[in-house]
Amino acid sequence: MATNVSLLLETLRESKVWKSVFRRGPANSNRTRSMAVFGNLFLHWMPVKVREKSLHVRASYYLGSISFLLFLILFVTGILLMFYYHPAAPNAYRDMKDLQFVVSNGVFLRNLHRLAAHLMVFMVFAHMFHVFYRGGYKPPHEFNWVIGVVLLLVTLFLSYTGYLLPWDQLAFWAVTVGTNIISAMPVIGDKIRFLLLGGHIVGENALLRFYVMHVLILPLVALVLIGIHFWRVQKDGGLTVKSKDSDGR
Amino acid sequence: MSNANDATFDQTKSGAGNDVSRRDFLNQITVGALGIAGLGSVAVTYQYFAPNVLFEPATQFRAGTPDLYPVHSVTFLQDQQVYIVRMPEGFYAVSAVCTHLGCVTQWKSEAEMIACPCHGSKFKADGTKIEGPAPRPLPHFALSLTADGELLVDKLQSVKNSQALKV
Repeated sequence: MATNVSLLLETLRESKVWKSVFRRGPANSNRTRSMAVFGNLFLHWMPVKVREKSLHVRASYYLGSISFLLFLILFVTGILLMFYYHPAAPNAYRDMKDLQFVVSNGVFLRNLHRLAAHLMVFMVFAHMFHVFYRGGYKPPHEFNWVIGVVLLLVTLFLSYTGYLLPWDQLAFWAVTVGTNIISAMPVIGDKIRFLLLGGHIVGENALLRFYVMHVLILPLVALVLIGIHFWRVQKDGGLTVKSKDSDGR
Repeated sequence: MSNANDATFDQTKSGAGNDVSRRDFLNQITVGALGIAGLGSVAVTYQYFAPNVLFEPATQFRAGTPDLYPVHSVTFLQDQQVYIVRMPEGFYAVSAVCTHLGCVTQWKSEAEMIACPCHGSKFKADGTKIEGPAPRPLPHFALSLTADGELLVDKLQSVKNSQALKV
């Protein structure tokens, strides 16, 4: 049975279609295994080799990976929620209530999205503190540290823009207060608030603007920055590993 | 051989007593044009994002005849977010929007004060600050009488807090 399966896999790997997709030989040497990573769009920015100690739990607590996993969860659940949500008043609030009480599994998806968002903010902060206390901002990692700080801000902006979308009292007053904080900025504050809200009050224009930022602009920025962030980890020589970690702790 | 090359090079480099070479000139023109186009794009995008027509409550509105409001009363106009305050000395139109972070305040008749639900600022009926975090008293709006004897509030015009409309 086992030999039959491996024989089948062998035949599949030797087939013309397989070879046209995976342009390398069988993964039986370090060279072809490296080629598998180099030649894949989704993997080519990842390192082909890592130091074993950087994979130990204590090296990172996987905080960055968990943040990215939460981002993926938010990406998928967010797209699914978009199928039932109209970014307009009064539909927005009703759609949110429909998702909670009418749509099959809607309450699961909405809560998954909401809780993953809360958790992502926490995990991104935890990741930042961990990197900071390990000295991960020091050369040669300075640039990636800055990218990380921008990613933290993008995470917070994603949270804030998503906060308005349920269009309930909490959302309305949170955004009223938040945008009034922006208008405390000297000279340009009121102008920025006007552009952000598309008016002087938190109304339908503001809902639509926050929606577009939440579902398109900010995720796009986040994806590009996450790509650079991962790629730089490899280019800067992997995770920060201290000499005292050499015992694997 | 090398002399001939230098001569050709010099010719292209300096045309008709001008210090700028053709290549540099064209580069500057191109970068300049792209720069102007870029700035123009930023300007028109900014214009595009600032709406010209807003569907928001009118800033100037009628608040009915003066006899609707008894003396020593504070009346909250929900849609306009304004208090019509009538005191013995006359009428005031006091903003109901907290000067701290823009929440809408409420008139507490039993305590005789205006309170903000967001962060606990308190004001007297005439908008004077009792306690923070609000940095300023509630502003007063211009109040006048129309020809047919109705109160007219203009939210774009602020007036001194001592200025009352006598009817």
